[in-house]
Amino acid sequence: MAERNPKVVGFCCEEHGIECANLAVRSGKQYDVSVRLVRVPCTGRVDGIHILKALEDGADAVFVLGCLEKNCYYDTGSIEGRKRVDYVKSMLSQVGIEPERVEMFNASSSMAWKFSEIVSKMTDVAKRLGPIEPRGDGQ
Amino acid sequence: MIVAERKPLGEIAEMVAPYQKVTVIGCRSCVAICLAGGEKEVKMLVSAMKLKNRREGRKQDFDGFVLERQCEKEWVKEVEDKILSSDVVLSMSCSLGAQTIADMYPEKIVVPGLNTAMFGVPEEQGVWSEKCLGCGDCIIHTTGGICPIARCAKSMLNGPCGGSSNGHCEVNLDIECAWYAIHERLKLQGRLDLIEMVRPPKEWTTSHSGGRRVIVREDAKLTPHQKRDKEAVI
Repeated sequence: MAERNPKVVGFCCEEHGIECANLAVRSGKQYDVSVRLVRVPCTGRVDGIHILKALEDGADAVFVLGCLEKNCYYDTGSIEGRKRVDYVKSMLSQVGIEPERVEMFNASSSMAWKFSEIVSKMTDVAKRLGPIEPRGDGQ
Repeated sequence: MIVAERKPLGEIAEMVAPYQKVTVIGCRSCVAICLAGGEKEVKMLVSAMKLKNRREGRKQDFDGFVLERQCEKEWVKEVEDKILSSDVVLSMSCSLGAQTIADMYPEKIVVPGLNTAMFGVPEEQGVWSEKCLGCGDCIIHTTGGICPIARCAKSMLNGPCGGSSNGHCEVNLDIECAWYAIHERLKLQGRLDLIEMVRPPKEWTTSHSGGRRVIVREDAKLTPHQKRDKEAVI
């Protein structure tokens, strides 16, 4: 049977996150095509419901990529983003879903290598955990 | 405002587990301000519950929406169809909202999604603190606008006690001594004579100990004739 493509959604801020992804592409870095990127004005705009909805709609893993915390274009946006991600992780733990399906990362627009690393990490998580469905062990 | 906290999701899931069709109802008043049961919280709860059911292979319908004020019958009445067509109502409001629905539709099962915690105020973003116990006999005009019943760990009427140290309470050093705060406030207002005023034992019959309290304003009540007219409009 053909291996299922993992579904990863990435919310990237348009100041550094998406530029980091663009640079990765321009510099020839390869990353998994099954990653869907969503451009947001700032990771402070990403709400818990956006992340949960992505999982509900079939994403296996979700990441949020914002500016470096001490260099955020909107000062504290990426700190807000991290708080929301942490909150969603706690909710997922409470409902028996692996919290590592959701992660927050920070990068500057010049860190193309970091983007490939993030995608590779989240794709590995998505492949390892698979879709959110009943576990085979009957739990 | 009334401050509440969402119950752990596992506890909520357990309460609604026996039912197929779950209607989640939030409230745009106090519990939205304290980030417990507003629009976002309802959507996130519904989403998390759907994920839980998917993980467990359980089929259960979740529908969520928010009322302007769940403690007022007029607003609840507007969603009567949805309430009546559900197997269980999960109220993401304070207990007042949940009980309003339960009283209006006694045949319906209503479960609380929140723990109603206190009468409090938002101190800063994400922080709420208790400032009133609803004793029914307010005395803050003699205490510089600070309620010793709610804010003193011992609810003392004549303080501070011997456990006050550098403005903190012996019960927990993280707690501010209410009577120290009262002293400082009265000093600022030039009314320190009030700290020496002996307050007699409080009239507690106005508090909860006498059972459910009801306040009636005869001038605001509708006459039977007015009630008939209003019901006809609704």
